[in-house]
Amino acid sequence: MENEETMDEKKKLKVSAIRNGTVIDRIPANELFHVIEILGLTNGDFQMTFGTNLESKVLGKKAIIKISDKFFEEDDVNRIALVAPDAKLNIIRDYAVVEKRQVSIPSEIHGLARCLNPRCVTNHEPVETRFTTRMSPNGLYLRCHYCEKETSGKNLQIISKNKS
Amino acid sequence: MKSLISINDFNKEEMLQVLDLASAYEANPNQPLFRDKVIACIFFEPSTRTRLSFETAANRLGARVIGFSSLSSTSVTKGESLKDTLKMVSNYADMIVIRHSLDGAARFASEIAGCPVINAGDGANQHPTQTLLDMYSIRKTQGTLDNLSITMVGDLKYGRTVHSLLQAMSHFNPRFTFISCPELGIPQEYKDFLNERGIRYEEKQVLEGGFEQADILYMTRVQQERFQDPMEYERVKDLLSLNASMLNGTKPNLRILHPLPRVKEIAIDVDERPEAYYFDQARNGVYTRMGIITYLMNQ
Repeated sequence: MENEETMDEKKKLKVSAIRNGTVIDRIPANELFHVIEILGLTNGDFQMTFGTNLESKVLGKKAIIKISDKFFEEDDVNRIALVAPDAKLNIIRDYAVVEKRQVSIPSEIHGLARCLNPRCVTNHEPVETRFTTRMSPNGLYLRCHYCEKETSGKNLQIISKNKS
Repeated sequence: MKSLISINDFNKEEMLQVLDLASAYEANPNQPLFRDKVIACIFFEPSTRTRLSFETAANRLGARVIGFSSLSSTSVTKGESLKDTLKMVSNYADMIVIRHSLDGAARFASEIAGCPVINAGDGANQHPTQTLLDMYSIRKTQGTLDNLSITMVGDLKYGRTVHSLLQAMSHFNPRFTFISCPELGIPQEYKDFLNERGIRYEEKQVLEGGFEQADILYMTRVQQERFQDPMEYERVKDLLSLNASMLNGTKPNLRILHPLPRVKEIAIDVDERPEAYYFDQARNGVYTRMGIITYLMNQ
């Protein structure tokens, strides 16, 4: 019995456990680095481990991030829904999951993505981009607050949070 | 404080209020209501009709007009940012009328200026005062804005006046026919917009009459620079051109509108027809802009 548990643990823990912090699961494998960038995790002094190309029934290949002693505001974490709409957050305290959260696409996005219209004022003047989101049968669309052009979520170009 | 940047900034009641003001000004054009006001008309790119009609509107309302009509006479040539130029102008004026070549520049301006801003055209994006004058012309010629059959012809992909008019008229249960080549067809997002509101429309690729039921024929210019192949432009241009013989059998109330400048999409023989309304339409611009200035000044 004890052996079976140990085997299960090993199967689960391809990325080491954390004591306190946030685990972000169900990230599409090819979006891992976008998620890290969107959350501004490239310039922190916290411990972070991640695994990618892990098997997933839902996504095929998924990625997972574990960040020690880091907890996110809902608005901040919802920004990743644009590239990882199925992402799940587990909030960990003392090695136990104390809260589970599902991300949702925000109705407005500030300073996260670039407007793909080369004639948009946001690509010429120092102004933060703003978009409203719209779900259609063809997927997610972002409408620029300034030039009013729509960009498909599939063509999204992320602006790093640290640089914005 | 309210600005007019996109036609969506006005709801149905606000549009109708502006049109009512415009009607009153057409009856009595000289109304010096804003003698104590300064209006800045800042045109970062050239314009004839829009600038002159705004300046005429401001003058007929008694306001004093400052501004510039090209980039070359401004500090932008010294490298001044749009933001700094706008901050400075809004210190001098009670209202700003702006035209700029960048999409979204007018919205940006309204967020910086401490006074109402009117968008007189921002790149390929919006030209809401043109839309309101189109609506004024439609109501004046048809007696109503409701339940009209509107045929739009030409560059329906890039034509900003087409998109804005379509959005504005969606409040009035219209029926649209779009006539254009596949390269310049109405974009999917506007079809989605109409579908969501249950507004009927059909699409055609050749202008060959067939608008017997139309109340309004809204013509637009097909711009050569939209085509990579000049031969393709020549072919399409002819398929989307209107001549007088196509008007036989149409309804007596049919009127032809065009935001101007016209090139060859309307043959000269149409000008003498009673349906031709495009030059009167341009005159309506002054009254409509007087209505817009008044409405925004009073907010």
